[in-house]
Amino acid sequence: MAEQLESFRKETRDWLEANCPPEMRQPVRDEGDVYWGGRNATFKNDAQKQWFEACRDKGYTVPDWPKEYGGAGLSPAEAKVLRQEMAAINARPPLSSFGIWMLGPALLHFGTEGQKQRFLNEIARGEIRWCQGYSEPGSGSDLVSMQTFGEDKGDHWVVNGQKIWTSYADEADWIFCLVRTDKDDKYKGITFMLFDMASDGVSTKPIKLISGNSPFCETFMDDVKVPKSYGEDVPGYVGEINRGWDVAKYLLGHEREMISATGGGDRATSLGAATSRQGELDPVLRAQMALFDIDALSFTAMSEKFMDELKAGKGHPAQPNMLKYAGTELNKRRNELMMSAGGSTALEWESEETSGGKTARGWLRTKANSIEGGTSEVMLNVIAKRILELPGA
Amino acid sequence: MPLYHDDDQAMLADSARQFMAEEGSIKKQLRHWRDRDCKDGFGHALWEQFGEMGFTGILVDEDDGGLGMGHVEAGIVLEEIGRNLTPSPFLTSSVLAATALKHGGDDIKGRYLPGLIEGKSVFSVAIDEGPKHRPETIRTRAEKSGNGFRLTGQKDFVLHGASSDMLVVAARTSGSDDEPEGITLFAVPKDAANMSHDAVRLVDSSMATHTKFDGVELDGDAVIGEVDGGREILNAMLKAGRVGAAAEGVGVAGGAMDMTVDYLKQRKQFGKLIGEFQALQHRAAHLYSEVEIARAVVVKAQQLLDGDSEKADLMSSVAKAKVSQAAGLAVREGVQMHGGIGMTDEYDIGLYMKRDRALSEYLGDAYYHAGRVAELSGY
Ligand SMILES: Cc1cc2nc3c(=O)[nH]c(=O)nc-3n(C[C@H](O)[C@H](O)[C@H](O)COP(=O)(O)OP(=O)(O)OC[C@H]3O[C@@H](n4cnc5c(N)ncnc54)[C@H](O)[C@@H]3O)c2cc1C
Repeated sequence: MAEQLESFRKETRDWLEANCPPEMRQPVRDEGDVYWGGRNATFKNDAQKQWFEACRDKGYTVPDWPKEYGGAGLSPAEAKVLRQEMAAINARPPLSSFGIWMLGPALLHFGTEGQKQRFLNEIARGEIRWCQGYSEPGSGSDLVSMQTFGEDKGDHWVVNGQKIWTSYADEADWIFCLVRTDKDDKYKGITFMLFDMASDGVSTKPIKLISGNSPFCETFMDDVKVPKSYGEDVPGYVGEINRGWDVAKYLLGHEREMISATGGGDRATSLGAATSRQGELDPVLRAQMALFDIDALSFTAMSEKFMDELKAGKGHPAQPNMLKYAGTELNKRRNELMMSAGGSTALEWESEETSGGKTARGWLRTKANSIEGGTSEVMLNVIAKRILELPGA
Repeated sequence: MPLYHDDDQAMLADSARQFMAEEGSIKKQLRHWRDRDCKDGFGHALWEQFGEMGFTGILVDEDDGGLGMGHVEAGIVLEEIGRNLTPSPFLTSSVLAATALKHGGDDIKGRYLPGLIEGKSVFSVAIDEGPKHRPETIRTRAEKSGNGFRLTGQKDFVLHGASSDMLVVAARTSGSDDEPEGITLFAVPKDAANMSHDAVRLVDSSMATHTKFDGVELDGDAVIGEVDGGREILNAMLKAGRVGAAAEGVGVAGGAMDMTVDYLKQRKQFGKLIGEFQALQHRAAHLYSEVEIARAVVVKAQQLLDGDSEKADLMSSVAKAKVSQAAGLAVREGVQMHGGIGMTDEYDIGLYMKRDRALSEYLGDAYYHAGRVAELSGY
């Protein structure tokens, strides 16, 4: 067993050596360094293309998904080895997408065979880019109060309503969307629908963030026709009609796990060591850096423990909420410290030296970490209720 | 290796949990000895029971009569000790001194290990000189004298010093006070002439000593390992001790947190259970996160230590510091959320606060270890 794993490690190392171009072994600098796939995707350079294609052909865009759905069918232990080896050479993720992090896991759990064959393969091969239609203007933390309505017309629904904060809605090909299909039942009246963003009646309007970027949108649905079926065994919704809340919650678990990785994950470098090169740290700042490094290394151990327990079916099912809370608060702290270490250089918003204000924009962007995917306050509510079982929570 | 206990370790945890809750409980041990003003601060009968359970020799090689287990297993016992605030010489004897003796010859092992394994002998370690942990500086000197050595100096924060049968003493045999090399470890027997203990009771009711060596004559066979080769052994002891103290701290934190969460479910004010107030729910949930993360990094450090990894040194400091912060939070929030009753001697939560304070200071507080983390990381 251990021997097999060691030979897998060696194979992986050789494969990475041969297939991961040097340009792809550097930290992501800006949004253009992230490859999201989709119908309209373009590569930033040849190295990005080469790395993506090598991974796609090997199943390494989604290493632990089954082979028939575009993955490499790796066991948990093998997937961990691959993660470690990629981290060791600083390899960038070949493909990033909400399909991989969110919809994929939900389909693996709730999807029909036909849905898995079609949608998972599209995601794994980077062909279709998905966005998430959950939040509405009046329904954020209290998501279940959402109002977007789908009127039943036999073989399809006619959907009307508005979503907001839909990340990358203007660039996405398809949307997974929560739609109310029964106004009388709050929890058992939501259907988890899948439809093309190019459908008639769908429009988007970008919203500018404090970081100056516009990665998210208002999404309007105006008499949009959503078919109940896209062909044999490919329903236009996941799970059962009116039981979309179960799917939505399951998916949120994966989303929170993914966002929590911003707190450390496999990041190996010490923040203090990385920033002190910019000049001597003031003693009190150095101390804060050290305390941060302690928390970050501890959190990395927590993430690893969580993954190990998850794969073994141990651990509390509500644990992703804790990881999300701790990881995002940590990432905000990291960015505050990076701003302090950077001094006036870090304030520069557009200069070439700062790659267009990377530090400042990154710092502002991280403030969303403890809002998106459920706020820190909501995470604490969930921990209090589901893990600590406090009364009335 | 996955970061959770395997089946054997889970079994050990079950038996340690049961044993400590029954035999090592606050009522039976900590309060019992404290209220009798016991000069040892712990019960020898319990220590012998530790021997019967095999705990005393948990880190001792099987060839030497121990269980030959690792720091994950020692940590399992320590976490239960922490949870029950069980007073015992386990950390100093079975973790720190046992690690030192691993580096000794057959003669010294034969002299001390059987007594340890049976739970008859108690060992202390004398490292600190002064009120803060600064093992980089060692002023206590051992000068050549005949076939042996003559020991002069003073050690502080020697836990169980006056109750122990042998003290592992870190002394300087060459070089200046701050030099890394030139350290030798000695096994000093309790009846050594010219050694005197000033025993003091600490905030958590445990006993420690300021120990003076006023020309203590030692035979050459008191040396553990090589003359001038003690720094490496000392470092091994410190790593083991810090990870061990961290494991005990996780127990203290977990015990305090569980008591507090239970209390939130019982106490009523304004016609509600206080656990219904969101302000308290959020603080409890935050505390839970911190304690879980601390627990994870302790297992990580234990595994790295057992695997002899290069990263073990850094991670032992990370674990010690993280636990000290999480446990500190647990006891402070614990007392606050109990309200007035939390301030009473009759109620146990305050005992957790006292234990945490002493344990955090032992082998370096969070600030010391944060400085170490910065240095080891190169800034
Ligand atoms: C960058 C970014 C990307 C996003 N991407 C998407 C996306 O792709 N798709 C999508 O559907 N949504 C997305 N969101 C929306 C996100 O999920 C919501 O913003 C979030 O759930 C919070 O909802 P809200 O903004 O309405 O805030 P509100 O719910 O109005 O919260 C306001 C404040 O009140 C607090 N609060 C609310 N309820 C409670 C309570 N019960 N107890 C204590 N405090 C409470 C909150 O914690 C917060 O501090 C994104 C958000 C951001 C910032």
